[in-house]
Amino acid sequence: MEQVKCECGHVNPIGTVLCEACGKPLEEVPVLLDMRYEGSARRSQTYNKTIIDKIWNFFSSVKVGVWLIVITLVASAIGTVYPQQMYIPPTVSPAEYYEQQYGLLGKWYYALGFHDLYSSWWYMLLIALIGVSLVICSLDRVVPLYRALNNQRVTRNEQFLQRQRLFSRAKVEHDETAWRNIVDKLTKRGYRVREENGNILAEKGRFSRWGPYVNHIGLIIFLIGAMLRFVPGMYVDENMWIREGEMKEIPGTNGKYFLENQKFIFEVYEKETEKEAFQAAIDRIGSGMMAKNYQTDVVLYERIGPVVAGEEPKLKKIKSFSIRVNEPLKHDHYALYQVDFKLDELKSMSFHLTDKQTNKSFGTITIDLIQPEKEYDLGNGYKVQLLSYFPDFYFDENGNPNTRSKVPNNPAFVFKMFAPDRPKGEVSFTAIRQTIEPLGNNKYKMAFAGIETRNVSALTVRRDFTLWILGIGGAIFMIGLIQGMYWNHRRVWIRRINDEVLIAAHTNKNWFGLKKELEGIFHDTPFVMPIDQADNRS
Amino acid sequence: MVQLSSTLLYIAFVLYLIATLFFGGAIRIKKKEGIDRWATIGIFVTIIGFVAQLGYFITRWIAAGHAPVSNLFEFTTFFGMMLVGAFIVIYFIYKTSLLGLFTLPIAILVIAYASMFPREISPLIPALQSDWLHIHVTTAAAGEAILAISFAAGLIYLIRVVDQSKPSKRTFWLEFVLFFLISTLGFVIVTTSFRVAGYEATFDWIDKNGKQDEMVYHMPALVGPHEGVLKTEERMKPLVDMPAIINARKLNTVIWSLFAGLALYGLFRLVLRKRIAAALQPLVKNVNLDLVDEIGYRSVAIGFPVFTLGALIFAMIWAQIAWTRFWGWDPKEVWALITWLFYAAFLHLRLSKGWHGERSAWLAVIGFAIIMFNLVAVNLVIAGLHSYAGS
Ligand code: HEM
Repeated sequence: MEQVKCECGHVNPIGTVLCEACGKPLEEVPVLLDMRYEGSARRSQTYNKTIIDKIWNFFSSVKVGVWLIVITLVASAIGTVYPQQMYIPPTVSPAEYYEQQYGLLGKWYYALGFHDLYSSWWYMLLIALIGVSLVICSLDRVVPLYRALNNQRVTRNEQFLQRQRLFSRAKVEHDETAWRNIVDKLTKRGYRVREENGNILAEKGRFSRWGPYVNHIGLIIFLIGAMLRFVPGMYVDENMWIREGEMKEIPGTNGKYFLENQKFIFEVYEKETEKEAFQAAIDRIGSGMMAKNYQTDVVLYERIGPVVAGEEPKLKKIKSFSIRVNEPLKHDHYALYQVDFKLDELKSMSFHLTDKQTNKSFGTITIDLIQPEKEYDLGNGYKVQLLSYFPDFYFDENGNPNTRSKVPNNPAFVFKMFAPDRPKGEVSFTAIRQTIEPLGNNKYKMAFAGIETRNVSALTVRRDFTLWILGIGGAIFMIGLIQGMYWNHRRVWIRRINDEVLIAAHTNKNWFGLKKELEGIFHDTPFVMPIDQADNRS
Repeated sequence: MVQLSSTLLYIAFVLYLIATLFFGGAIRIKKKEGIDRWATIGIFVTIIGFVAQLGYFITRWIAAGHAPVSNLFEFTTFFGMMLVGAFIVIYFIYKTSLLGLFTLPIAILVIAYASMFPREISPLIPALQSDWLHIHVTTAAAGEAILAISFAAGLIYLIRVVDQSKPSKRTFWLEFVLFFLISTLGFVIVTTSFRVAGYEATFDWIDKNGKQDEMVYHMPALVGPHEGVLKTEERMKPLVDMPAIINARKLNTVIWSLFAGLALYGLFRLVLRKRIAAALQPLVKNVNLDLVDEIGYRSVAIGFPVFTLGALIFAMIWAQIAWTRFWGWDPKEVWALITWLFYAAFLHLRLSKGWHGERSAWLAVIGFAIIMFNLVAVNLVIAGLHSYAGS
């Protein structure tokens, strides 16, 4: 590698602007030195030949980085103009929805992919480019910066000193006690003071220079964590609907865990029961209109023994828990969240087998609407067969009864009723508030006798092994941020040249703080407080 | 307790007004012997006001049983309080009374604006029943308030440096910013006036799903709801109806506020006979520009980590607990991300491109606009999971 030797004897890498050791400018520089990265030799400023150089230089430019950030920012904003696809009703087709709701703009919004912006390839690409830029940018600077700070010498070149923003030069009698006094004061304020040939370098807060690099590392770890989401097995996201009294395998656990829903509770704020302070708000919104609690009381079971097809699993109770919003049930890295519910789903329906004329009843049957039986025997020669069952009944386009789903929203039945005097049976189609006798007039009917309902709860099953990586990334980011923002790197150089004393000072931020500190140090001493040379610029 | 709480907030509000006058006086009066009595009184009154508002916060917390940051009124008032708190801290670092003259009126506007929304203490819906609500919202508001100090500093900088001798793009945009502040005042005045007058007009209208509904206006309807039929007698008929996807009542309020802002602005211009910024310029003529620039940067440097912690990290932790995922691209989250990206860009521009001084001041103004957009427009217009029950 080519190198540049400074007159002070230090050998610098090519591209160095200010000698790493003594600070002498090795190139033409402005009157006030640009102290970013200590004028060290950055790869991006030095090489520009191969394609790799060019890519490196592209990404190491903060200008490019800022552009990437700004483009991401603007794109993100556009993504909030209309709701994202995940927030529109799941039953409608997005292609129609956006046009219907938002007209021509909505149509274009959809056509350009803004309806699903944040998982679009180009949005991800933007984020990835920011990541790449971050890495290259940091590497480009941190290594030379480290070299420069490590090689700096106490005695600095005169030009380096007088081109610092804070600088003074004055004739000062040599006075050992005054000199020691300064050293003392600097040390008291936390400076590490180094002396060499009667010159001083006082430095503090150098570690804050690494703040940006630490925070960039944190960001990178966070981005990597976010990408791991797509690695199989890292992430489970399932939904389960579970009825009161039901026991179900928890999806996403490979048959390992089972859940029993004992009860679902929905509570609202009611005027009578809430404290005085809430009355006005409840009055405005309406008593009973505001949700207070969604809760599913569950029991968690674990399967013991291997999974055997067709065999009932052997279960061991693990714990009882009340799952509420903000209080998920956690076990073995899984978390179960309360997300939705349905009140009063039909559970069962009862009917009396009745003589239409006399209204005499010959027994009652209760049909489980999830698992109805084929036949209900009432004794004494009376029985009822269930020929067909439509849990969610409607008439299809051919006028035939059909079902929309397996959920008993609107159950209908085709019964065959047997009695001692009707040994061949009579057929009746029975739905809610509706009876059809397809084969002529019947003697008997199924008279509605009541329903039972229960609540259904929806839970989300989640296991996310990326969380701890995200946590570490976030923590490192915060540490770096605080390190770089709440501390600053301050240096004071004092050099005696013949009968003159040169004082220069530099900080990477918070000049105001540095100046105040220097006033405290040089006040009442023979030395002259450095003045801000930037002040007389304008 | 509830009564005490409101009284304390009212006291704080009045004290902030008084403190502003003192800070104004501090600019006019020549400094004697380095001690500036007016500014000392100003900061003293500010601190008492802050303590009173803290009292409001604590008593309301006790009354409600949860930290009062759960609806738009509470959150915005808290933001105002943090703004004053941030100012007090910065004042003791930099001792610039001018900053008080600009920050306190902004805080006063923020609190007045907040008071236009329903003020009752409301019980918490299940999603908000979490300690993370308090932790996330208070830290985020504190971060935003510290960042907002850079706006005050930026405004001072711009009023000082923008050349008022001839109209230009810069004078236009500076007036534009001031006009917005004045419109907030307009909003407060219009809302209060119609409220005092007890104005109410009910409409039947058809929502976007084709269902008929009712909408009550508290201001004369300049724009009416979709296929709206006025049901209250002797009320103004709207000039136009809005399509169903637009919330006509909110738009109506915005239009009224802008009109009121325009009227006030016009009035000021008539009285002053020059641009508002030009009229304010003498106030800031002695300011040390480098110092103001540094205050702006410093407040971003201090506020950015706080904002990151509150608005992103704590928000993610809470979202993971409450909504099963730490990030859901809901508009409020996205706008927090946008704010964060913006200030990151700000810091990088300052570091590498040397965007100091006036450019930096403009950026601080834009940053504040983004924060306000997130606070106001995203809550009221782009409803998401976070949308508070306000109207
Ligand atoms: C959203 C992503 C980013 C965040 C949150 C971020 C954050 C930060 C912060 C807080 C600082 C310290 C600023 C100061 O002290 O005033 C910083 C410095 C820096 N950032 Fe970033 N950054 C991001 C992206 C980038 C990118 C994409 C690049 C590359 C082009 C980059 C390059 C730098 C450089 C070169 C510094 C200065 C380092 C120094 O002072 O020695 N950053 N960054």
